[in-house]
Formats: sequence, C-alpha cells, structure tokens
Amino acid sequence: MTTEDVPLLAGEHLTRVFGRGRDAVRAVDDVSLALRPGEITTVVGESGSGKSTLARLLLRLLTPTAGRLLLDGRDVTRTSDTTAYWRDVQAVFQDPFSAFNQFFTVRRLMARARRLLGPDLTDARVAEALEQVGLRPGDVLGRYPHQLSGGQRQRVMIARALLVRPRVLIADEATSMLDASLRATILNVLTDLRAETGLAILFITHDIGQACYVSDRVLVMRSGRVVESGPTDEVIFAPTHEYTRRLLADVPRLHG
Amino acid sequence: MSTEGPATDLAPADAAAGQLLTARGLRAAYGPTVAVDDVALTVGTGEVLGIAGESGCGKSTLAAVLSLTARPPLTVLGGDLTVDGQHLDLAGRPPRTWRGGVVSLLPQGAMNALSATARVGDMAVDVVRAHRGRVPRSVALDLLADRLDALDLPRRVIGAYPHQLSGGMRQRVVTVLSTLLDPRLLIADEPTSALDVSTQRALVELLRELVGRGLVGGIVFVTHDLPVLRAVADRIAVMYAGRIVETGPTAALVDDPRHPYTAALLSSVLVPEPQVRRRRIGGIRGAPPDLADPPAGCRFRPRCSLATDACTDDPPAVGDPDRYATCWWTRDHPDERLEPSL
Amino acid sequence: MTRLTPRFHVAAGIVAAVLLFGLLGPLVFRGHALGAVVGGLYDHPSGSAWLGTDNIGHDVFTNLMYGTRTSLTIGLVAGLFATLIGVVVGTLAGYRGGAVEEALMGVTNVILAIPSIVVLILISIALGTRSTLAMAVVLGVTSWPWTARAVRAQAASVRTREHLDVARLSGAGTFSLICYDVVPYMLSYLCMAFVLQVSSAVLNEAALSMLGLGPSGGVSLGIMLHWALAWESVRTGAWWAFVPPTVLLTLLAFALLMLQSSLDEVFNPRLRRFVRRRRTTVAAPPPAVRKAEAA
Repeated sequence: MTTEDVPLLAGEHLTRVFGRGRDAVRAVDDVSLALRPGEITTVVGESGSGKSTLARLLLRLLTPTAGRLLLDGRDVTRTSDTTAYWRDVQAVFQDPFSAFNQFFTVRRLMARARRLLGPDLTDARVAEALEQVGLRPGDVLGRYPHQLSGGQRQRVMIARALLVRPRVLIADEATSMLDASLRATILNVLTDLRAETGLAILFITHDIGQACYVSDRVLVMRSGRVVESGPTDEVIFAPTHEYTRRLLADVPRLHG
Repeated sequence: MSTEGPATDLAPADAAAGQLLTARGLRAAYGPTVAVDDVALTVGTGEVLGIAGESGCGKSTLAAVLSLTARPPLTVLGGDLTVDGQHLDLAGRPPRTWRGGVVSLLPQGAMNALSATARVGDMAVDVVRAHRGRVPRSVALDLLADRLDALDLPRRVIGAYPHQLSGGMRQRVVTVLSTLLDPRLLIADEPTSALDVSTQRALVELLRELVGRGLVGGIVFVTHDLPVLRAVADRIAVMYAGRIVETGPTAALVDDPRHPYTAALLSSVLVPEPQVRRRRIGGIRGAPPDLADPPAGCRFRPRCSLATDACTDDPPAVGDPDRYATCWWTRDHPDERLEPSL
Repeated sequence: MTRLTPRFHVAAGIVAAVLLFGLLGPLVFRGHALGAVVGGLYDHPSGSAWLGTDNIGHDVFTNLMYGTRTSLTIGLVAGLFATLIGVVVGTLAGYRGGAVEEALMGVTNVILAIPSIVVLILISIALGTRSTLAMAVVLGVTSWPWTARAVRAQAASVRTREHLDVARLSGAGTFSLICYDVVPYMLSYLCMAFVLQVSSAVLNEAALSMLGLGPSGGVSLGIMLHWALAWESVRTGAWWAFVPPTVLLTLLAFALLMLQSSLDEVFNPRLRRFVRRRRTTVAAPPPAVRKAEAA
C-alpha cells in the first residue's frame, strides 16, 4: 500500500449513541468516510439527520461510542493529545454570531491559538490568515463581533481556523445563516483554499444547491446513516437511493 | 413630501377596484433610518405576492407595516391601505379590529411560537374567543376540525401538545391557527427559512391551498429565498434599500429580469442544476447601503456594474404598473437582456 | 447599550446613602465616641443625644452609625463569600455536566435541605467569641446553595453556545474557558446574585444578633435590637431604642432588593416594557374590541 492511498482523515464505522436503554438515540450510526487533500466532501442531510454530531465526532469534541478515527492512517479515536489533533483539523460553525465570544476583539480571538502555535503565533501569521479570506487586517483586528458584518464575521471565523494552517477544515453549515448573495462569496473562499493549499474540506449542509456548487463528493445522511454517497454529479444528477430522489424533488427550482 | 416615488406615479388612481390590497406611500423608520421608503404595492384577490431581497433591505419591516404589527422602535411615518374596499390611513392608530381579522401575520420562526403547555385545541379556542367573544368551546373546536379536514391535515393534532408534533406539522398548525378567522390578507414573514425542504414544500402547498379555497383572500410572502418564491408566488416584488426596484409576474421576472439588482440576486442563487456546477458564481459585491444615509439617485448604483453618471438622478419606472423596473439602463436598453454575470 | 431606569437610580441612591452613613457618618458626626456613657437609662432624644440614649446610657445615634457599619461589613463580606462559593460550584456543575454536576448538585441540595438558621445558631455558639469577620464567614458559607443552583442553570445554557467549541479548537484550556468564555456571559446575573446575597446576609445577621448570637464586643443593628428587647424598651415606650435600627434595616433590605430587581430590568430590557404574554402569536384583539364586536 502506498501513502497516496491513505486518506488524510478517515472515519470508520463511526457510531454515537446518546442516552441509555429504551431512550437511546443512534445519532450517528455506522458512518464511514474519507477526506483527501484538495477535495471537498459534502454531507447533506435534513435537521436531525446526525450531520452535526458527525462533525463533532470528527473534530474530537465528542467521543464515538464505536468506530475509529484515523489521521494519516494513525488511530486517533481516543488520543488525549487533542492539541496536536487540532493543529491538523479545524472547523467553522454555523452561527456567525454565537460562534464569537462577544467580549473579545478579533485580535484576542486570534491570540487564543497560543497553546496550539506557541512562538509561531506572530502578527504576520494572523495578518496572513486574514488576508487569505479577503479581509484587511487593519480593518478588523481591533473590532468586536457586533461591529462586523455577517460576511466579515464568517470570514474571520475561517481565518481563525486557517491560522494554524490545518490540513482538514470542517465547515458545519458555515453558510446557512448568510444571505444568498454572500453565500457564493464565502463558498468561493473555500474552493479557492482547496485549490491553493490542498486543504481537505468537509462541508456540512442541508442545502443541496450549495452542495452541488462546491463539492467533489457527496454523502447523503438520513437518521444517522449514510444512504448514498459518490461523486457529486452522480449523486445529484443521477441519484439511485429513493430518499435522495425525494429530497431532490422537494428542492424548489428557479427555472421550469 | 417632495420625494414622490416612481412606483406611486404608476399606481392608477382607481387601483383599489378589483384589487384585494392596495397600499400606497408606505413609509416606516427606526429613528433616523427609513427602512421602508415610499412603497406602493397591490395584491389581487386569490394572488400570492412575493417580496424578495437581501437582509437589511426592509422586507421584514414592510411585513410589519402591512400586518399592522409595527412596534417601537419601528414607527410608521405614513401611507394608506385599502383591503377589500376598507380604507385605513396608517398615519393614525390602526384599529385593533383589523389585526387578525382583516390582516394576519404568520411570523418568522412561528413553529416555536406555540405555548408548550396548551393543546392545539385550547389555542384555537383562545384565538376564536379573543376575536368573537364568548363562543362555546365546541364551536371553536368544530371550526378547527373543519379547517383541518379541508386542508387534509389529521384531526389528531387538536388534542396534541406542540412537542408531540414534528417541526413541519407545528409550522402548519400555526398557519392554520393564524388563518382560522379567515383574514382577508395573510402576511407571511420568512415562514420557510428554518424548515427542511420537505416541510418547506408542504407549507407552500398549504398556503396555495388556503388561497385556492378562498379561505384567505391573498398572501404577501416575504423571503430571501427566490426558489421558494418561484414555487409559491404569482407575482414578485424585489426590494432594495427600502424601495421596490422591480415587480412582475413570477416567471417573467425570473426569466427576464429588468433590474440589475434582480439579475444579480438571481445569479447568486445556488440550486442543484447543472449550470450551477459549471460556472463560478460571484455573489453581489459590497453591501446594501446604510439606510440612515442612502446614496442619491439609484440606491443600487454603488454596487452596480452598469451604473453611469445618469444614475445619480432618481431612476424612472420603466414599464407598466404590473411589470416595471426602476432603472436608467433598462430605459435606454429596452430590448437587451440583462446578462446574469454581475 | 444599557440604559438605567429611574427605579435603579432610586434604589442605588438609598443604598449609597446607607453606605455613606455607615462609612463616613462616624467621621462627620463626631459628637460622641462609641461606648462613651453620655446619659442615663433611655434618656429622651435631646440636643446632645439626637436619638436619646440606650439602656446603659450610650448615644443611640452613635450606635446606629457604627451598627450600620458592622451590619454592612458583615453583609458585604458574607455576600462575597456566598457568591464566590456559589459561582465556583454552580459554574463547575453547569459547565462540566454529567457526574460532576450530579455530585455537586447533590451536595448543594443536601445543604439546602438543612435549616440554615439552626446551623447558624450551632456554629455561633461553638465559636465562643465571634469577631465580625467570623460572623460574616459563617453567614457566607451557609447561604451559597441558592446561588449555586441558579448559576448552574445559567452556566448550562452558556455551555451550548458555539463560541465554546471555537475556543476549544483554538486550544484554550478548561480554566481559560471558564474564566473568559463562561463567566463573562453570566456577569450581569452574578451582579444580581451578589446584591441578593448581601441583603439576605444583613437580615440573617440581624436575626442572629437579636437572639444574642451576634458579633462579640461590638455593635450592629441586630445587637441594638437585642438590647432594646432585653431591656424592655418597647414596654417602657423608649421607641428611640428600637425604631431607628428597624427603620435602617428595613430601608437597606428594601433598597437592595429593589436594586436587584431594577438591575434585572437594566440587563434584561424585555422586562422594561409591559408585555402581555399570549399563548400564541396569532393576533388576538384586546377585550375592548370583543365588546365592540359583541355589541
């Protein structure tokens, strides 16, 4: 086996059960996926499909009940060194307001990566991360979240994740609460990053239109399980699973 | 006021005839920020009018004005409504009889607006009694049951608590409750935004059903989601920076936008269609203007790639009252299509 | 962003006045030294003793100033202790959740179930000589459970905010998370909890002192009442011995409670307006319209 075959980040049979006994809910049920450099993988699912739980499992914010998590082929399912893990795997979340500590300026938000980066956390590095997402550092560094626009907030959040130069970025509904006119712009930031840095991106959304625009591969989730997966063109334009078909049929179209 | 908007000029004097709603000269502000600036619109009987626009364009404010639910810090500066021949001057205090009976609001996130401790039936009794005095409980429950039957919704929800219903069913129940008194006009403010596509579709079908059966006279449907409007609306009005910049029948407006802002909005829509995968979608550069100090002339001018010096003057309304766009470029290029490349 | 309400100004004004009276009073009104005998048993108010004298001929006005100072000291120190313990226990329980939460809340509920006045009496007796500070600590460590419970609920709701996950991913440690990401979100709430604890500590001190278990060797508002009761001032009509401390205690407790509720208004603007809660948001006209329609 050559190293190219080993995915950057892989989940094998990931399962997470909440509650016990009769109340047990299998939020994520036997999900396997592999993220490769320079590829955007999208998880599509309706609310309650377990897609956000899956994101938290992959981020090591939650421990799986069963299954394994592999980074570069190494088992990191229960590693206690989350600091090292988060140097490689970072995330952007849904709500561009509650993701901010409202008492922190952008500068302080960035400075919190001190433990991850140590002496590498320089002003130049922060400026570079902000410029990568199209922000002028001087414009935003001294500001509090309520002084930023919605698009700026989400860009700052992406910059925060990029600060440690991760190899995997998990975007959990990162564009859902933005205006349609802004959405495309933020998605372009992600696709450009993939092209420039070879970042592996897991994009989680309930919106098939967005999945269609950005992704290379699509996984469709329903009540904790992956019901269909494959290259975007196949899953979206030639779906085989009945659920995917129904989901696509319900999406309102613009023409015709 | 000297700022007679173009839309007002176009509204015929006898527009009230044959229309369910005729609204003219609507102005509303948050302090110095005029969020709705001289808006005029009409809704025909049995018609769904969609209001589209980015956040901060004034569309939710317009919904509050139309549904008579404006509360401080929002103040209505002026305008008048004619609904089903009844006239109302918004400068005064709106009579409370209008709210719920003549116009009713289906608010944003309505599915979470139900009381957790009351059964759906109890809420229906509250609604009916609040409006029609002490009617017997059974009368109100019968009304609800008939309405549920008519709309093919299960009767079991009458005895259910909100937490026993799915999100989609809760949203439909709220819709039924807010139209129980047969309001002439229903104002729906982003009712589908928090819903999954399947529940979104069910709600759209329910609203069309309500209009189709004449249970509500007409609907004003406010959303930022153009594909949903394509599915629900007969006509669309596009709002930008507190003004209506384009209006027209849904298909015409979507297929052949006449205002650059409409074209830009349409081109930033991401739908699972093959052309979306092939090209890079730019979104709209910049942000809507600060409404406390909007730019002179066309308000979209700073973001518009077609803008010329002419645009510093107030743009003319090009077209007729049912299909117009307020744009200098459109006036000068009547037969040219707007390319969705903004 | 926050606007202060008139209620807040009134409450804060009264509290400030009582504070100034206790802290600066003795420096301004230097008529008599504390403990100096200036007259006989229950002398009527006069030019030299504005509020008369107590049972052993001490000036009541002087006692009142020093008593207010002692009561306030005990209230503030006890309030600080109670709030501090409550915040630590509540935040840990709410933030960690799971077994930690169950254990901490179990202990809290047990302590809550023990009648605190009995514990206070037992500890007070066991202490023999009781300094002001010791009293304050005793009051503080017996009154934190309510704060802990309330803070736990607050912390648990902050815990679900996304910014905590973001901070974790930035590598922030638990201590940093609690100090910078959880506690600041509860500051307004802690402020109110502290005010409430101060007022209850002042009242508890008065209750203990009236029973004769107050701080030894000093004077507090409660001790003044104790003496007034013991020397039958009520029966003999010496109102100046018991009315002033009672008025001051009532005023202080009332003002603190009003401060607490007005702070609630300041931090939580929704309470400021009179909002009638409806069962649904479905528009329903008021009764006046109902009558009009029925007619």
